[in-house]
Amino acid sequence: MTEMTYAQAARLGLQEEMARDPKVWALGEDLGYEGGMAGQYNDLQAEFGPDRIVDTPISESTIMGAAVGAALAGTRPIAEMRFSDFAMCSVSELVNQAAKARYMFGGQARVPMVARMPIGIRGGIAAQHSQSPEAWYAHTPGLVVVTPSTPANNRGLLKASIRCDDPVVYMEHKGLWGMLGEVDENDQEPIPLGVAATVRAGSDITIVSWAAQVGVAAEAADVLAADGISAEVIDLRTLYPWDRDAVMNSAARTGKLLVVHEAVRVGGFGGEVAAEVAETLGVPVARLGGERIPIPFSIPLEEAYKIKADRIAGRVKEMLA
Amino acid sequence: MPVSSNLANEPARVVEMFRKMLVIRAFEEAAGEAFHAGQVRGSVHQYIGEESIAVGICANLRDDDLLTSNHRGHGHSIAKGADPRAMMLELFGRVGGTSDGKGGSMHIADFSVGMLGANGVIADGCTISVGAAQSIRLLKQDRIVVNFIGDGGINRGPFMEALNWAKVYELPVLFVCENNQIAATTTTRLVTAGEGIAKRAESFGIPAITIDGNDLFEVDSTTARVVAEIRNGSGPQLIQAMTYRLRGHFAHDPAGYRDPKELEEALGREPMARTEAWLLKNGVDADEIAALKAEVDGEIAGYVDEAANAAWPDGALAFTDVQDVGAPEFPGESR
Ligand SMILES: Cc1ncc(C[n+]2csc(CCOP(=O)(O)OP(=O)(O)O)c2C)c(N)n1
Ligand SMILES: [Mg+2]
Repeated sequence: MTEMTYAQAARLGLQEEMARDPKVWALGEDLGYEGGMAGQYNDLQAEFGPDRIVDTPISESTIMGAAVGAALAGTRPIAEMRFSDFAMCSVSELVNQAAKARYMFGGQARVPMVARMPIGIRGGIAAQHSQSPEAWYAHTPGLVVVTPSTPANNRGLLKASIRCDDPVVYMEHKGLWGMLGEVDENDQEPIPLGVAATVRAGSDITIVSWAAQVGVAAEAADVLAADGISAEVIDLRTLYPWDRDAVMNSAARTGKLLVVHEAVRVGGFGGEVAAEVAETLGVPVARLGGERIPIPFSIPLEEAYKIKADRIAGRVKEMLA
Repeated sequence: MPVSSNLANEPARVVEMFRKMLVIRAFEEAAGEAFHAGQVRGSVHQYIGEESIAVGICANLRDDDLLTSNHRGHGHSIAKGADPRAMMLELFGRVGGTSDGKGGSMHIADFSVGMLGANGVIADGCTISVGAAQSIRLLKQDRIVVNFIGDGGINRGPFMEALNWAKVYELPVLFVCENNQIAATTTTRLVTAGEGIAKRAESFGIPAITIDGNDLFEVDSTTARVVAEIRNGSGPQLIQAMTYRLRGHFAHDPAGYRDPKELEEALGREPMARTEAWLLKNGVDADEIAALKAEVDGEIAGYVDEAANAAWPDGALAFTDVQDVGAPEFPGESR
């Protein structure tokens, strides 16, 4: 086991996949010298050359569109968008082209690309650099949506996303770049897409979350444990397709479900999970998510947006009361 | 209307413009220091070394002319007349900031002086400018719109779309490309095809002129002419102002990719010293300049002190100004 950051683990995963498959390449702004905004591409241009780590103009539609074209023509591109907020400049290429090409063309086309677009609050970068739009893409037929929560997940899920023959929207959380965790460098296997992980076992309630909010949910579970409440925490890891079996089995056992995410609650993906569980099992469900406001800049305003551990714990206690 | 194509005959006006440049320089130095001291967070893109462009352009605009900016918007805002005190409060995220602490450095705006906002998304200001000009036309006004864009930004589609549109409808838009030859860590020449920004504009039939952006006099006289033409119905025009970003892309970028020789040369062309040298040669004495600098430094230091000690906004403020219909409610501090 090696201890490394979330960003370093992603870099390792990409390096391994690029070494394994010469068709894998990445394109985006400031990948060569800068090495990506968190160093997740550090030195890869020196190792693999400028044709495989391609520095692009500031041209988001073409970064995404070129990735679509490259995938249609036989390679496996990673379109690095830097911020999911900037990826909004290329939604048509992703949603109208990448997601639908296989279907529209009657199965002639495959689009094995990764649209890599970090999400979430990093602290003080405000409304146009902090959004979590994962539900937009989970709503779009044809796309796979992945949200890694730890260094090991970020390596293993990135590897799986690169090997996936469908277009994958890969959403790292910017608040996690520096998170440390153990990675088993000897185990080269990808983490399969669509498989959740249980991060805390418990029997009184099931808490489902993803990305940075998983850590907060685990913290809440620890707080609850001190009060004698046993909460199971499930990290969905892949939002679409989400691991129904894992969630249903857990919720059937605990008899209650709370879904927590940083993204805005209204229209958020938590609604989908909660509704499916309620319809299938008939157990009480609840959601916690961001209020429907843009992410503000100032510290107390940004804090007012966040879902903290004590709030999760409080909601759990209400549900168990 | 403060228009002059012969600034050299007006030392008093030069002093006034130099003072604005000093305010921008001091504001940016202070913002950087506050960032490094951990008092200001987020992304702080300093305008250091480009002050003469914003000041030379905006000195030729009216208060009711409109301005759209990009991520590097502090200088544009101050030059257009935004209050640096409120801007500093905004950077610190405090009560009294230009956006109540909701926006921070990348979203400085002051609509009272036509400053329609800095922008976190490259080139989105281009299309917004076109729309603002459509409104001006609809309202039969004689205002104009100025859009500041970087040399990196010209490779986004919205820039090309905006050029085309502005020309097709002959809109009163002045595009100002601040060409500091770099975009974050990327030398823009390496990712930009063709013969440059001016040729790109000309291919749309838009008159374009390339000037030394670090020469306050050239910026001023060019802008005076171009703004008058646009106001008289010339349709859109573009000014490419050559300049150099003297600091990192943002305050936390040490800019290690920069050739030290290039930086040294650029320091020899930077606008503050050049303008100061002109003033000294034209009868303004050194004491007066020193006093002006001290006054401005004191003013900005005062804003920093005030901002560092100002009240933080209440969490409830995060829930205001989202929308009227379906406005969110503050769920309370104790959720
Ligand atoms: C659509 C979009 N893509 C990328 C970015 C990230 N970004 C912010 S500033 C910048 C470089 C801009 O360079 P330039 O336009 O030359 O302006 P300068 O910083 O030199 O003033 C980049 C890539 C962004 N903010 N928006
Ligand atoms: Mg530039």
